[in-house]
Amino acid sequence: MSTPIIQVKGLSKQYHIGLREKSTRTFREALTDAFMAPVRNLRNLRRLTRVEHDSPDIIWALHDISFDIQPSEVVGIIGKNGAGKSTLLKILSRITEPTSGEIRLHGRVASLLEVGTGFHPELTGRENIYLNGTILGMRKTEIDRKFDEIVAFSEIEKFLDTPVKRYSSGMYVRLAFAVAAHLEPEILLIDEVLAVGDAAFQKKCLGKMGDVAYQGRTVLFVSHNMPAVRELCPRAIYLADGSIALDGVTDTIIEHYIKTSLNKINKTPHEFIIKAAAGSGKVTPLSVIIRNGKGDKSSVVDMDEDFTIAVTYQIHEPINNYHTFINVYSTDSTHVLGAATWDTHGLNPEVVSQPGTYTCSFSLPGHLLNKGAYTININGQSPGKGFIYQEENAATFTVSEFGGTGGAKSRNRPGIIRPLITSDIARLDRGDMDSQT
Amino acid sequence: MFQILQGVFVEMSSQPFTHIKPKKGLQLINFRELVHYRDLFAFLVIRDIKVKYKQTVLGGLWAIIQPFFLMVVFTLFFGKLAKIPSDGIPYPIFNYTAMIAWTYFAGAINTSSNSIVGSGSLISKVYFPRVIIPLTSVLAGLLDFSLAFIVLLGMMLYYQIYPTILILTLPGLVVLMMLTAGGVGMLLAALNAKYRDIRYTVPFLVQFWMFITPIVYPASMVPERYRMIYALNPMTGVIEGFRAVLLGRTEFPGEMVLLSAVISLGLFILGLTYFKQVERYFADVI
Repeated sequence: MSTPIIQVKGLSKQYHIGLREKSTRTFREALTDAFMAPVRNLRNLRRLTRVEHDSPDIIWALHDISFDIQPSEVVGIIGKNGAGKSTLLKILSRITEPTSGEIRLHGRVASLLEVGTGFHPELTGRENIYLNGTILGMRKTEIDRKFDEIVAFSEIEKFLDTPVKRYSSGMYVRLAFAVAAHLEPEILLIDEVLAVGDAAFQKKCLGKMGDVAYQGRTVLFVSHNMPAVRELCPRAIYLADGSIALDGVTDTIIEHYIKTSLNKINKTPHEFIIKAAAGSGKVTPLSVIIRNGKGDKSSVVDMDEDFTIAVTYQIHEPINNYHTFINVYSTDSTHVLGAATWDTHGLNPEVVSQPGTYTCSFSLPGHLLNKGAYTININGQSPGKGFIYQEENAATFTVSEFGGTGGAKSRNRPGIIRPLITSDIARLDRGDMDSQT
Repeated sequence: MFQILQGVFVEMSSQPFTHIKPKKGLQLINFRELVHYRDLFAFLVIRDIKVKYKQTVLGGLWAIIQPFFLMVVFTLFFGKLAKIPSDGIPYPIFNYTAMIAWTYFAGAINTSSNSIVGSGSLISKVYFPRVIIPLTSVLAGLLDFSLAFIVLLGMMLYYQIYPTILILTLPGLVVLMMLTAGGVGMLLAALNAKYRDIRYTVPFLVQFWMFITPIVYPASMVPERYRMIYALNPMTGVIEGFRAVLLGRTEFPGEMVLLSAVISLGLFILGLTYFKQVERYFADVI
């Protein structure tokens, strides 16, 4: 292997976090406190930039990180919020300096921690292209040369001489990304910038970034967008609590990342307690519990596994023909499905439910919902007599994929439902169908 | 398009090397880097100029209104009522000559001292030599200065006062004024990043400084033996120099200007040095 283009050795970064100050009780204390405040403030401010090793108010955003990156590698950096991903990029792009350790970079670095850095709302698109370009480290001649290309990519030709404050947010982002996409450094550092813009433009950006990767550039890509990381980066580094938890082939790392983050969630059984529901009061809902395929309480269920949604409720006075109804909505408020207890038990006006506490469980099959977050509305009703109670957003759950075996199966699919659909392929120009079955 | 990209790659294959580690000891200025970022410097200055009077009715006239009306007020109160001497020069032009320099200086200090904190979103998102930021205000202010200067030329015609050959030293005096503003601006901007007290100190400082500078009165009012102490304020030499070379009624204050030059250069180096020492933590404290 050739010499690494990025060498990170024992990198650490410390931050001071504010501690709660003790409160004063008496007037005298408050008065002395007010007079002593400048001294205390000065001490606190001075400490802000000093390196300390055993103070209660410091956190290590990064702790002893080391890794090498070879030229033209494209590496994804994943990890939960606060794991140190952004701090790492900030140090690599020289925005902030490390507390200890060192980095050797062989090549021109451009960092994209945000699109549109330095855009001024009063300036026109044209002026902002130059301003933003030079801020990102381009020379004027370089921008002159790429100007037409940038404008074409941004699709805002008509508004080039309009102040960007009159742009729609989509146009703004397109222009900003267009400038950034035309940077030509050897090393490109990107932080979550794809979380903006409409879907079509995001695709275009991903395509452009794919280009960047294929042009032999070294890219470090911080993202929560696992499909994007999987698509762009053959290698991934998983940061957890400021240290490298894993470093290796992206598919393996992502699988591990999802498993560990789900395990954490699974440890706290999820039970959605309902405080006060709108309704007549004859029946009150108590809780909604979601159980995954193993029967454990969890708000995260596997895409492949059956799961149950159990509604617990209390009946206060005898009631005829009482039924529970659930509605499931996706995050974009699409009504995905509705289910009622009468589907199974039938409607019978003669049946009287006696006071007591009940649970009804709805069994939902696996291979039904696509990955994503869902919310549940519940209501109790006596069909024909209206609602006894209604509870919006009674519970939420996430359908995830962690039993996945990788490959094509683990790719994102469009749509809300994701049933297992089999297919047959038959060759029509010859008679022997046997080989296809 | 690929042809072009390929070309750029060859051109960049010189492979700059960056070594990132905690900085210790005295930080020096990286001139090569500053040269690389000169386009950014230019665009930031252009931005400041273009944005300054956006969505105003009077626009660039503001650059004239401020010093001119202050001059009118000062003429009324200090010239007419208090009858402060003005070295035999008509008080309005005596005062306005100083006002244009002072307006520039006060404005430059005001904007540059807030510039680092005000550019927080830039500083925490992208790297570039930070020192460009406070210096941008020092350069951008020159446009307003030039506009106000045009009015001075009109007043000179009105009063039939003409500059001497010494006007050739005017650019030098302007540089001294810029060095002082830049030095103080960098120092305050760097301090302000961590100690926000500076924001409250600056208006007070500017006012105080104005009264220890010969703007409403001539330096000749200060007793002879204190004059060199008085001239430790670099703006004294600059403003007395302005009057001498532009209005030609007073002797060129050679000693004062020399002292100003030394002090303003010292201030600039001090400001720059302090700025370089602390710029590493800007992103963490803003």
